[in-house]
Amino acid sequence: MSPRRTLATAKRVLEQLRHDPRTLALILFVPVILLTVLKYAFQNDPLTFNAFAPMILGIFPLVIMFIVTSIATLRERTAGTLDRLMTMPISKLDFIFGYALAFALLAIIQASLASFVVLGLLGVSVAGSMAMVVLSAVLAAVLGMALGLFLSAFATSEFQAVQFMPAFIFPQLLTCGLFVPREQMARPLQWFADIMPLTYSVDAMKQIVTHPTWTSQFSRDLFVVAGFAIAALILGSVTIRRRE
Amino acid sequence: MNTAVEIRNVSVVLGGSFTALHDIDVELPAGKITGFIGPSGAGKTTLVRSIVGRQRIAAGSISVFGEPAGSVALRPQLGYMTQETAIYTDLTVRQNLRYFATMSGARSGEAKRLVMKTLKDVDMTGHADQLCSKLSGGQKQRVSLAIALIGHPRLLVLDEPTVGLDPVLREQIWKLFRKLTDAGATIIITSHVMDEAGRCDDLLLIRNGQILAHDSPVAFCARTKSETVEQGFLKLVEQS
Repeated sequence: MSPRRTLATAKRVLEQLRHDPRTLALILFVPVILLTVLKYAFQNDPLTFNAFAPMILGIFPLVIMFIVTSIATLRERTAGTLDRLMTMPISKLDFIFGYALAFALLAIIQASLASFVVLGLLGVSVAGSMAMVVLSAVLAAVLGMALGLFLSAFATSEFQAVQFMPAFIFPQLLTCGLFVPREQMARPLQWFADIMPLTYSVDAMKQIVTHPTWTSQFSRDLFVVAGFAIAALILGSVTIRRRE
Repeated sequence: MNTAVEIRNVSVVLGGSFTALHDIDVELPAGKITGFIGPSGAGKTTLVRSIVGRQRIAAGSISVFGEPAGSVALRPQLGYMTQETAIYTDLTVRQNLRYFATMSGARSGEAKRLVMKTLKDVDMTGHADQLCSKLSGGQKQRVSLAIALIGHPRLLVLDEPTVGLDPVLREQIWKLFRKLTDAGATIIITSHVMDEAGRCDDLLLIRNGQILAHDSPVAFCARTKSETVEQGFLKLVEQS
């Protein structure tokens, strides 16, 4: 691995995004707009909105980064540029971490912006600190990025990659504790939720809503989310083959 | 003759069932331009991908400059142009070249210099800061070629490099190839256009995953009693 090549890849990915302002705007503003819509959908029930909004903050950035990354890396695989890179004197990790770095930076901006809007403009109050909210939202976004990078290996077309969202993310969305408390679900669904990463991202947000301090469960949630992200990145680099 | 690429009894099976290359056994000379010529679907790209180490081979072995194809030691010496125009269309020409120069190992000052020089080689200096998505097909093709050239590779493997180029530009690119081999580089080119064959030093005629002939263009024409490589190729196909 060489830092120069990793940084060059990150810079290149960001340059590509800069030439595509519409995608950039979608990434940054869609979560904010959806959360604003949610506020007014719950206008007669501010308490429910107050409970929901932080959880959503752990989900939207993840979903959006998942889609963006899976399409971006799939394009790289199908356009032949990855073919080229794999014959060059680079490590696969230069490629993977370059992407991770660029999208993590974007995730930080996106999640910070959404957190600021939710806590500042939409009047949501949490027991924990703003920094904790931002940290969990950013980790969720990074997780979405890593999962997208990994799963794009199993798609051979952009049609398939887009379908991974309902196929892979929606089941987690239904069981992560957003709609129904997890302990009220059927047993097999609880087992499923226990092993899926989105559960922990949402749980971290729940911790912040109710606890003013940094709880051990909050630490566990963050560790699990970060662990999943790292595992997905490593698996992602395994799915890139030098020789096909 | 110095050998650059040694291909020994190579067979390639694609998708588990289709045998794309049958027992290819051939040596390619160093410092020369070798043309892989044949109809589309003949196996040219598969052979190219095997040489650059992207293709898993079912049997046999390939070595490049004495090292196994695809090995780490070879990567800095290789310039590869894929058949599809593998460039980032949402970057400018300069950004594309700059990125690949860095990935090939150039440090920042050196990368800058390499970019300028390569832009000139493919006659794209005037379009350096244009977004690649806005370029014409032939211009994109030249950017793709430039990426392969950028690290001063010892072996250039170019899959259909002159497709979509106008005659003037094609002439210019061939002059550049000649200049590169004069400086010691080895070039492998694929083409399904037979009139390009005459410009190569060494020809490999490929059909249905097999080598139909391996000769210099002049010797090939003499042997098949043909005026052009195309005529000779057609004669051979008829006989077989």
